[in-house]
Amino acid sequence: MSALSRIVSPAASPSPPSAPPEATNRQPPALELCGLSKHFTLGGGLFKRGRTLGAVNEVSLRIPRGQVMGLVGESGCGKSTLAKMLLGLTTPTDGDVLVDGKPLRGADQKALARHIQPIFQDPYSSLNPRKRIEQIVGLPLAIHGLGSPRERSTRVADMLDLVGLPKRAAQQTPGQLSGGQRQRVAIARALIMRPGIVICDEPTSALDVSVQAQILNLLLDLKREFGLTYLFISHDLAVVEHLVDRLAVMYLGRIVEEGTREQIFGNPRHPYTQALLASALTPEPGLGVPDIGLNDAMPDPSNPPPGCPFHPRCPKAEATCLETRPRLEDVGTPGSRVACHFA
Amino acid sequence: MSLLEVKDLRVDLPVEAGMLHAVRGIDFSVDRGEMLCLVGESGCGKSMTSLALMGLLPRRARLTAGRLDFDGTDLTAASERQRSHLRGRRIAMIFQEPMTALNPAYTLGNQLCEAYLRHKLGNRRAARARAIHLLERVGISAAAERLNQYPHQLSGGLRQRVMIAMALMCEPDLIIADEPTTALDVTIQAQILRLLRELQQEFGTAVIFITHDLGVVARIADRVAVMYAGEVIEAAPTAALYANPSHPYTRGLLSCIPAPGKTPPGSRLQAIPGVVPSLVGHVEGCAFRNRCPQAQMTCEQTPPMQALPDDHRARCHFADRLAPAVPQAEMSS
Repeated sequence: MSALSRIVSPAASPSPPSAPPEATNRQPPALELCGLSKHFTLGGGLFKRGRTLGAVNEVSLRIPRGQVMGLVGESGCGKSTLAKMLLGLTTPTDGDVLVDGKPLRGADQKALARHIQPIFQDPYSSLNPRKRIEQIVGLPLAIHGLGSPRERSTRVADMLDLVGLPKRAAQQTPGQLSGGQRQRVAIARALIMRPGIVICDEPTSALDVSVQAQILNLLLDLKREFGLTYLFISHDLAVVEHLVDRLAVMYLGRIVEEGTREQIFGNPRHPYTQALLASALTPEPGLGVPDIGLNDAMPDPSNPPPGCPFHPRCPKAEATCLETRPRLEDVGTPGSRVACHFA
Repeated sequence: MSLLEVKDLRVDLPVEAGMLHAVRGIDFSVDRGEMLCLVGESGCGKSMTSLALMGLLPRRARLTAGRLDFDGTDLTAASERQRSHLRGRRIAMIFQEPMTALNPAYTLGNQLCEAYLRHKLGNRRAARARAIHLLERVGISAAAERLNQYPHQLSGGLRQRVMIAMALMCEPDLIIADEPTTALDVTIQAQILRLLRELQQEFGTAVIFITHDLGVVARIADRVAVMYAGEVIEAAPTAALYANPSHPYTRGLLSCIPAPGKTPPGSRLQAIPGVVPSLVGHVEGCAFRNRCPQAQMTCEQTPPMQALPDDHRARCHFADRLAPAVPQAEMSS
């Protein structure tokens, strides 16, 4: 019996139910983002001031242990910059990231890598084509100087087995594997350090649908097996709805709505969330393509509109939206936040 | 008569390991003003089919076809001159990646007008006027100024709108759109698809829309052809296909997408086990049998395309047995 079938057996404990907000107060969340911002300077020169681009603005999120937080938003909204900050690939301009309640600021990247690991979108470009799979998956262990070469090799073999790769894959190069198999390699590489948190940046969008289902099943199995916490970045709302416990919707570098899966999918309150959900094309013939009712004015992150950043596209915008930016505030049910004057 | 009639189209590519049979004898037709979706996963031959229709196959590829007629012209016998007369003028293409399909070194105006001028449909002024008109029609503001801009100055959604406008420049009879919205955000995708469908109906253009997304297909197609391993394995009017998916592969594809409200969140998704077979060398029997939950001995033999009710066809030995019985009333009509 393979390790994979072992962990999918019914004996495996089901995922813990979504912890209510009160419970999470006692135990620090696995990952907490406090007012995280990243600004880039565009243009400018020796005597000229450049423009500032706020890629991520004051993002605060708490992800309880063992939960999946979804992050959706259009390209350029700051999702990937946010992921890069969490991975230590770029330093925040402001704000803090806390892992298990401890701030990451100042921690070196090597220490960070033990806690947080990424799975990227494209398994074709995120794996070194000249290395064997064994070397790719074992590299983190080698860098951190963990175990003897033999121990490392055993651990790699176990991990490959766990993600459902055949033994012979260890000696192959990425070019010899299919897209789905490559993504399994990327998952194995991310988990070999036994991180608590995995940042999944569009992990299935480069895969075929039949393979996507295999990878999503694997991600869910591994989450249960290791009690992993995921930040799951995706544009596929059907996948997000299937996978996440909570969801944050980002627009122009800010979270515009956050809540549980049921809250967001059952009762979206921000007009942008509503448009996003309306534009999901489910396989139901006869319905046609919905008119999502958004204006065409595309946002320019380096020159964000005054007031609510969404107002140029918003069908509900009124005078106040042009002047005052709505704060992300708790509304109605606890744990649900939305940034809209009319929510 | 159909605008495009394809019978037994085959595309072979010599590769290091032998001969790759990328497209293995497919039949389909497209009527005027109709939206046909070719759906399938990577490597199923859908893009090769579109390149074959455009006459843009790699030079080493070998194309054979029982029939490849576009509005009375036999494309297999057409000279390069005739093909290039059709290309852009009567058959236009929209590619997936608007960033790579647009030339970064030329202005949008330049690229929009190129085919129009090349096919001598009018002078520069007429071309410019048409370009502005179409840019406005696809929802681009300040169209006249945009003509002097370069592709990098536009967002992905805008670039794809430009591609659509470009495809419409010469009022083609047929547009081949190869995954035109795959690289776009969902809100933009919905807007672009709506626009494409609207324009298609307004101009009466036939469209072959190539995609892997069964959600998109359901919403825009008049008819669907599902491809697997270089073959059309099922073809039907859209409603019929979704109501009675008759090939196990089609059923598998439909069941591995999480369906909101039906699939319990966090539950295991149905996946199609295994991978697509290699198409290098001779492929015998049903190409799906190694992944098929219903495969039997019979499947070692190549299944014929079986005709089912409602203009529905499926390439499976058991297609007719799995399809629901036809009501008597329909049989007699």
